[in-house]
Amino acid sequence: MSEANNNTIIIDGKEIPFTEGQTIMDAALAADIYIPHLCHRPGLKPHGSCKLCTVEVNGRSASACTLPAASGQEVSNNTEALTEVRKTITQMLFVEGNHFCPSCEKTGDCTLQAVAYHLDMLDGHFPQFYPKREVDASHESIVLDRDRCIMCELCVRASREVDGKDVFAITGRGVDAKLIVNSASGKLADTDITTDDLAAHICPVGAILIKEHGYETPIGRRTFDLHTIAEPGLEPVILRKGKHADEH
Amino acid sequence: MSTKKKVRVATTSLAGCFGCHMSFLDIDEAIVGLIEHVEFSRSPINDIKHCDPDCDIGLIEGGLCNAENVHVLKEFRESCKIIIAVGACAINGGVPAMRNHYTLKECLEEAYLDGIGVENPMIPNDVELPLLLSKVHPIHEVVHVDYYLPGCPPPAEAFLKVLTDLLEGKEPSLPKEILHYD
Repeated sequence: MSEANNNTIIIDGKEIPFTEGQTIMDAALAADIYIPHLCHRPGLKPHGSCKLCTVEVNGRSASACTLPAASGQEVSNNTEALTEVRKTITQMLFVEGNHFCPSCEKTGDCTLQAVAYHLDMLDGHFPQFYPKREVDASHESIVLDRDRCIMCELCVRASREVDGKDVFAITGRGVDAKLIVNSASGKLADTDITTDDLAAHICPVGAILIKEHGYETPIGRRTFDLHTIAEPGLEPVILRKGKHADEH
Repeated sequence: MSTKKKVRVATTSLAGCFGCHMSFLDIDEAIVGLIEHVEFSRSPINDIKHCDPDCDIGLIEGGLCNAENVHVLKEFRESCKIIIAVGACAINGGVPAMRNHYTLKECLEEAYLDGIGVENPMIPNDVELPLLLSKVHPIHEVVHVDYYLPGCPPPAEAFLKVLTDLLEGKEPSLPKEILHYD
């Protein structure tokens, strides 16, 4: 550890460097190695909740987004067994919400969908849960459709850590967990969120959308119609997609 | 004429929009090659009303929204060696399942009594009409499904790929380029 050149880990047999303080996910992203993830976004505090980035580190399961990289780690990422586990997690995310891709404005730009494509998910496997969740369309330019929320807390962290506003939170546990809005009425219209905020654009699914811009790019020509999520360097593209050209 | 027995395919649209069938027909001239190996049993394409008992492949479009859908699905499962769930609705209920957010009563009242532009408000109640299920369900919740073909609709190439794989005795697989849910 004393010498900089000792700072390497091995992912699927490939030696990659890391710097002190980086997680396995940070090191992998810097080396253009894709580890599937939904609740992680560089620049925000790691959350470790979606468990899609589960890897085997020296034979033990761990979340790549929260485990600090350390010399001597041998990480298995792209294995058949992990792909199956990740597919099962993704199937559960699909059946626990109301994910009707054909009717969702986010289709083609949705990270959940893209991860499912990456994992060759063809069906939901489990019985559909069909939860009843509230839509909040009160805000003039942002809509909150909880049917598609996967509780990743990216909006919660973006609002708190970057926007400095604390607009969102998750309340309840298990099947009662839901995304709530921090205003007296509980409505988005009564918060100070704006379309300039990171929280308005960071949603990996179609739960938080900017109104009136949903179909500017036709289905078939969207990010994941043209790219696979495993391609390096897509993070900024995904985020920019959520932001309309005439906004800043 | 070849004496080799053709693979018998049945198709149906349950709580769907026939969009998957339209996409299937978009294989265009490839259907000429396909028909050399395949013959159709029950299907809206030929209007045959019941499955031959020894069908090889059943393509099911749409989910389950009424009692008749369930009967038809069970007939397909009993008659077909392989059942393929075709399209978003068969796989997760799709757009029809968006009514699951509401009670059946609320849906019927909105459609036939309170909706904008409704004339002669009256909820249909003819004995000929199949009874609606209280919720829409994907087909794998009622019968065993062998393979899934996602998409809304699945592209024509996806139909051709899966059927060709099966005809060649292979496990069907979809290349990533034609795997999509929308």
